[in-house]
Amino acid sequence: MITVRSLLDDAWYQRYEKICNLNIRSSIYDVTNACNLRCQGCFFFSSDEHLTGEAKDVHDWEAFIDAEMQRGVNLAILIGGEPTLHMDRVEAFFKRLPTFCASNGLVKVPRDRFPKMMVGISLWGDAETEKALRGRDTFAISSKNYAGDAYTYYLYTITSQQVGRVETMVRRIRDIGVKVHFQLLSNDEGAEGFAWKPEQLAELRSEMDELLDRYPETVISSRYYHQVLTTGTMLGRPFGWQECPSVSETHDTRVPQPRRLIRFIRWSANLKTTHRCCTSATRDCSTCKDGAAHMSWIMVNKRAHMRTTQDLENWIEVYEMFAKLYRFIPW
Amino acid sequence: MSQTQNGSMERRIAEILIQELKLENVTPDTFDVTTDLVKELGIDSMDLTTVVLVLQGEYKVKFDEDSYPSLTTVRAIAAQVKQLQGAAG
Ligand code: SF4
Ligand code: SF4
Repeated sequence: MITVRSLLDDAWYQRYEKICNLNIRSSIYDVTNACNLRCQGCFFFSSDEHLTGEAKDVHDWEAFIDAEMQRGVNLAILIGGEPTLHMDRVEAFFKRLPTFCASNGLVKVPRDRFPKMMVGISLWGDAETEKALRGRDTFAISSKNYAGDAYTYYLYTITSQQVGRVETMVRRIRDIGVKVHFQLLSNDEGAEGFAWKPEQLAELRSEMDELLDRYPETVISSRYYHQVLTTGTMLGRPFGWQECPSVSETHDTRVPQPRRLIRFIRWSANLKTTHRCCTSATRDCSTCKDGAAHMSWIMVNKRAHMRTTQDLENWIEVYEMFAKLYRFIPW
Repeated sequence: MSQTQNGSMERRIAEILIQELKLENVTPDTFDVTTDLVKELGIDSMDLTTVVLVLQGEYKVKFDEDSYPSLTTVRAIAAQVKQLQGAAG
């Protein structure tokens, strides 16, 4: 019988033991339908998922969150719109359960009110790309708001135009004492010049690997994650609708049911509507580059990675990456 | 319940695990019933849900989802089934 112990040496086994009992049940919450930016390529606005209306009374939010905890959710991932436009709603989550707040970083989360809440700041590239796609250089502002913050990382959405130039921003992030994690732009609105070519993905994979080696104190990532994300395959299986783990339970009618995130739902800000998945229902699954969905895809397929020592070590590194991003284990 | 009955229930549970989760390189006879299913065999809550559904049908018991974390070995599952049968009887 193949056991974890039989595949790992002592050092890897110790790493495995630190993560194997984390029983995370996350769900995603659109905190608001409003944003202080309108980025070209934003899945939220391009899919009209912002038209659901939103619950305004914070007591409704509190009751909803209590019900979510009853449902078994133990990690709240707040997105939007821009969650920091409604700090009272963010606080309702933060006071109740481990909370991660995605933000564009333009508004600073007050640390006296939200000590140790994980904040992930979106970044789409250098100043030029940010201005082209998001209308302004957000890093100029977010870097001032979050310099030296020990509970913040940049979620760098790499575009095809950033290939070969990723290091510039990684160095700037290192210089302000914050961490960075990578994902790829899915280009939901078909912005011209931002589609991915296979050779660009291959080049980016090497680039991300090199950055991980060169900036181990700054980059939170793993080579295997880079491989799966850029090739869209894992253990010879292609990513897509039939494999995606990040489909809301309420929308998951797939047969056969793939391995998936247990209890996972993405809720609209009206607290009634559930969205299809962690990103927009209008996105084509066959070209989806969502980083979190790929990361979760690996994580929910643990036994499939018990073929060889290398496969299992790859799985451990990705799980560690996840656990670090949400500070379940230290950076 | 006798030792033999315990043993045959454990063997059957091992068989269900092997069948439902398509475990390789192991038979009901070679399955170590004290092996930690989560930590050593990589079984997760989705796997456990699958197995529990079959067990509930076979043994006519109802597992409480809160008890899943305690279902760490075949032996522990057998003990749980036995307890639930006792409570029902
Ligand atoms: S900051 Fe985020 S939510 Fe707002 S428009 Fe940009 S991508 Fe969309
Ligand atoms: S768009 Fe991406 S995250 Fe959403 S269901 Fe499709 S593959 Fe999954």
